[in-house]
Amino acid sequence: MERNLMKGNEALAEAAIRAGCKCFFGYPITPQTEISAYMAKRMPKVGGVFLQAESEVAAINMVYGCASSGVRCMTSSSSPGISLKSEGVSYMAGSDLPCVIVNVMRGGPGLGGIQPSQSDYWQATRALGHGDFQILVFAPSTVQEMADYMEKAFDLADKYRMPAMILADGLLGQMMEPVTFRSDEIRHPDPADKPWATNGHGNKRKHNIVNSLYLQAEELEELVVQRFKRYEIVKSELHEAECYRTEDADIVVAAYGSVARLAKSAVDSARDAGIKAGLVRPITLWPFPEQEVKAACKNAKRVLCVEMSMGQMIEDVKLALDCRLPVDFYGRTGGVIPKPSAILEQIKILNEKGAE
Amino acid sequence: MTTETIFAGFGGQGVLFAGKLLAYLGLNQDKQVSWLPSYGPEMRGGTANCSVCLSDSPIGSPYVTEPDVLIAMNGPSYDKFIESVKPGGIAIIDSTLVTKECTRTDIHSFRIPSTALAAEHGLPGMANIILVGKLLKETGIAVIDAVRPTLEKLIPPKKANLIEANMKALAIGMAL
Repeated sequence: MERNLMKGNEALAEAAIRAGCKCFFGYPITPQTEISAYMAKRMPKVGGVFLQAESEVAAINMVYGCASSGVRCMTSSSSPGISLKSEGVSYMAGSDLPCVIVNVMRGGPGLGGIQPSQSDYWQATRALGHGDFQILVFAPSTVQEMADYMEKAFDLADKYRMPAMILADGLLGQMMEPVTFRSDEIRHPDPADKPWATNGHGNKRKHNIVNSLYLQAEELEELVVQRFKRYEIVKSELHEAECYRTEDADIVVAAYGSVARLAKSAVDSARDAGIKAGLVRPITLWPFPEQEVKAACKNAKRVLCVEMSMGQMIEDVKLALDCRLPVDFYGRTGGVIPKPSAILEQIKILNEKGAE
Repeated sequence: MTTETIFAGFGGQGVLFAGKLLAYLGLNQDKQVSWLPSYGPEMRGGTANCSVCLSDSPIGSPYVTEPDVLIAMNGPSYDKFIESVKPGGIAIIDSTLVTKECTRTDIHSFRIPSTALAAEHGLPGMANIILVGKLLKETGIAVIDAVRPTLEKLIPPKKANLIEANMKALAIGMAL
């Protein structure tokens, strides 16, 4: 297969189309606008729909409607836009609808800035909207993974009937790298796989209803409890992380997405300097790969969590380790990218400190 | 082996395109490559820059902080990046627009009046490509014959007339 040089944003868009995404509803915002631009060009050529909505709120509700009919669809935005979409995401989770939402994160809170950030980790993994619910969250680290996990996100959103998110950042969205697509073919998922879809019953079956309003408390409780049983199945089946040089590592760095790449460079430099350093990179952020993180840190004396935020994933790392190891934090925020040399400095400091 | 390059200048000088050209040259050699642009307000009339990594192994950080090679096309970019060049590295400077002499003795610096050369040869807007020519000569990353198929891939068919001009600009840079 041909290696294409593409921006992360473009790779996401092309992979979505090949995964059978038929409708894209969006609203432009830096640094993810290339997704919309690519969809505007490509979607009409493959018989799909590109629609620029009047607002983010409108776009997510178009996704809600489209997903109800069983069609693969998506939207994309960046941090402030995702906050606007959160109401619709909650409705979709409450209606058990699959879709893919891309967040190419930028600095916050508020309008924040437009440079890369990871400060929406809590929003994505804890509370992308009101109510008891979770969404699948994938954190690619290369342009190739942007393509690979986009396809996977569609498949798993359908499988588990829940929204899935690709959580990227401005660095991954804007950078170009070679990417190879799994196939040149555009997939056409079988509508019969979604017997719940409101796609016309032709008087041949009982009509389907998509809804998230339940005024009887017991009825709503039962639905939520059943949904959480499904989440337990998801947790048991889906947990991915990459472990890099962790086998004998004294210091394990935990980082995801683009920051994991910077951390990998720092780990290599640390190894060159004779420090036993390694990296564990969660790829699924919900469900969080607890077993993998625990296994990667089994010989570690200390753990260093590195993020482009004030420290959000660090809570999940501590929980995965049952707080048995000291977990330190290094991060830059507001759109500042941490330098590999600064991460290396932190690794050296922790190595000096040794075990507690 | 990894070569990390920063291209920096004003928006409109073609620093992002020059970086893309280098990235595509690496792609055609089956290397691992990454291209990371600056984006946002700095693109709109201010300084623009991009980081390009070419490597035989997977690329960790695409964000270059200590380049092996710097191409500086204006004064502010020169001031911002010249101290970050790795000792033993290369700095290729457009001396038409960067008036300061390079005082670093631990790097190989080349002052090329590329903006003036481009104007002189009737190649307006191709100062960037002249500097890429010099980069290819000094680093040996690619021979000039390898560049034509890359340009054909990179330049859209409706602008195909620019391929010859680019090749001419490259040749000027490589002859310096």
